[in-house]
Amino acid sequence: MKILVCISKVPDTTSKINFVDNNTKFDENGVQYIVNPYDEWYALVRALELVEASGGTVTTITVGTSIDDPTIRKALAIGANDAVRIDADPADSFFVAKQISEYAKNENFDLVMTGKETINYNGAQIGGMVAELLDMPFVSLANKLDVDGARATLERDVQGGIEVVEVDFPFVLSASKGMAEQRIPNMRGIMAARTKPLNVIPPTEHNKLTSVVKFELPAPKIGCKYLDPENMDELVELLHNETKVI
Amino acid sequence: MSVLVFVEIKNKLSKAAKEVITYGTNLGEVNVVTYGNASNEVLSEMGDYGAKNILVYRKINEPNDQVVSKLMLKAVDKLNAEFILLSQDQTGKSIGPRVAAKLEAGHVSGAISLPEVSDDFTVKTNVYSGKAIAYVCVHTDKKVISILPNSIQPVENKVDVSISEFEEDLGNGRIKTVDLKPLGDGIPLPEAELVVSAGRGLKGPENWGIVEDLANSLGATTACSRPVADIGWRPHHEHVGQTGVAIRPNLYIAAGISGAIQHLAGVNGSKVIVVINTDPEAPFFKAADYGVVGDAFEVLPKLTAAINNFKASQR
Ligand SMILES: Cc1cc2nc3c(=O)[nH]c(=O)nc-3n(C[C@H](O)[C@H](O)[C@H](O)COP(=O)(O)OP(=O)(O)OC[C@H]3O[C@@H](n4cnc5c(N)ncnc54)[C@H](O)[C@@H]3O)c2cc1C
Repeated sequence: MKILVCISKVPDTTSKINFVDNNTKFDENGVQYIVNPYDEWYALVRALELVEASGGTVTTITVGTSIDDPTIRKALAIGANDAVRIDADPADSFFVAKQISEYAKNENFDLVMTGKETINYNGAQIGGMVAELLDMPFVSLANKLDVDGARATLERDVQGGIEVVEVDFPFVLSASKGMAEQRIPNMRGIMAARTKPLNVIPPTEHNKLTSVVKFELPAPKIGCKYLDPENMDELVELLHNETKVI
Repeated sequence: MSVLVFVEIKNKLSKAAKEVITYGTNLGEVNVVTYGNASNEVLSEMGDYGAKNILVYRKINEPNDQVVSKLMLKAVDKLNAEFILLSQDQTGKSIGPRVAAKLEAGHVSGAISLPEVSDDFTVKTNVYSGKAIAYVCVHTDKKVISILPNSIQPVENKVDVSISEFEEDLGNGRIKTVDLKPLGDGIPLPEAELVVSAGRGLKGPENWGIVEDLANSLGATTACSRPVADIGWRPHHEHVGQTGVAIRPNLYIAAGISGAIQHLAGVNGSKVIVVINTDPEAPFFKAADYGVVGDAFEVLPKLTAAINNFKASQR
């Protein structure tokens, strides 16, 4: 099986989020980058498991500049065979999806995987867009994937339940929690990653359909009102009369 | 300006559907496209929130992503819709991006506000898993906007509705649903207005009775911290936070949860946060509106009793 996994870099989950240039740009000062957890823990690891079980290759793809290379190497250290980077600023979702589909359309991948969303933009858009542009089915929010020959069985999160679906290859999925378990790269993987191919490809031209004009931090809480643990009637009273949530 | 709202109806009109219709009424005359065999009574209820025209596609066998997005695209064509609105729920996440890509329309997913329209068209959305807000400007004439559940209050605004059946060739799509495992009858976490959540401080899965009792007396949905789901005390779908479900209920009660930055990221959009923790230094208190320094094993039953008294007095 030939699998393409979309990988993006995001600030470490403990990062303090701040903005500069009049709140128009993310403040990268002191920020560590990691592979987006949904891309790494679930999509990439499940792809590797499938290939380990029945052969094939796992290629990662990233739309980004050379500052993405360390996170791409991390994905290679975990076990991907090779990586592709489309050399462009990932301006908006459609632009990114278009780059990925332009690359994938001639490569005959059986499966294209993304994380369910990135933890910086939380857009959850790329997988569905790539599927549409490649005219493939899209299994969103998949938490389980089993393969039997030419057919895949998946479980996905839907409103109020879990849906079991079947689909023939090729298709696109977005991976959510449950699909696999995080893998820590070992020394051999890290060494091998240094020499694995990372192919840098120029982007194709596309207009930006959206842009972020400004960021803002949520209003801070005004402070916590402490209550006597023996007097929960008072808490109920406040929830009813002060904040009116019950 | 033509507004097209996509609504999915299971049995009754969901809160998410009412939210999206309300959002639409702020942009123009609302047309709704839906599918399935909902009764005309349920369809007409959309008129209570301001939906004027309902297009319903009756003969759908397999409402998969390809078929439903085709349905939306046909409706967009028919009405020459400029605003295409849906809920940022699980269905919205699978359909919205497909429709936007096909139309080459700018897509804002997870809108938390009505647009600001002056020279530009700008919508707010949560980013950095709720640690920040972005103002997204859409440059295209057609705009696909999915609305984050619990961000817009549904407003009643009764109008006369006309319901018409819609027939088009939508093809089949390749995904087949073979089973649906329901997660229980409760309100799904992303839509819940009241949430009771617990963490490692509860010490073991056998102690969740006091959490469920409180949730039941409030009519709330239960949630948990990540380690609790990872060690199998609670199911994965209850895990909230940066790498779980992001929620914004009116009330979030957290017992025995320390309030790590990754947990806060997914819940700090809640209107009111109540924290119950034995440790007065727990970081969660900094994000709380009300704090109770105390043992969850004692405080939760007392709170449940207080809620029950309150409910009885309301009757
Ligand atoms: C990449 C990454 C992503 C992550 N994503 C998430 C996420 O999405 N969601 C998430 O929740 N976590 C996430 N985490 C984990 C997070 O960092 C914390 O480890 C986790 O939230 C802690 O869970 P907890 O509060 O239940 O447990 P603990 O941190 O162990 O806290 C238990 C709390 O219970 C209190 N307590 C103990 N006994 C009692 C009692 N009897 N009554 C009342 N209080 C009591 C203690 O004082 C303590 O504050 C992530 C971590 C990483 C590295």
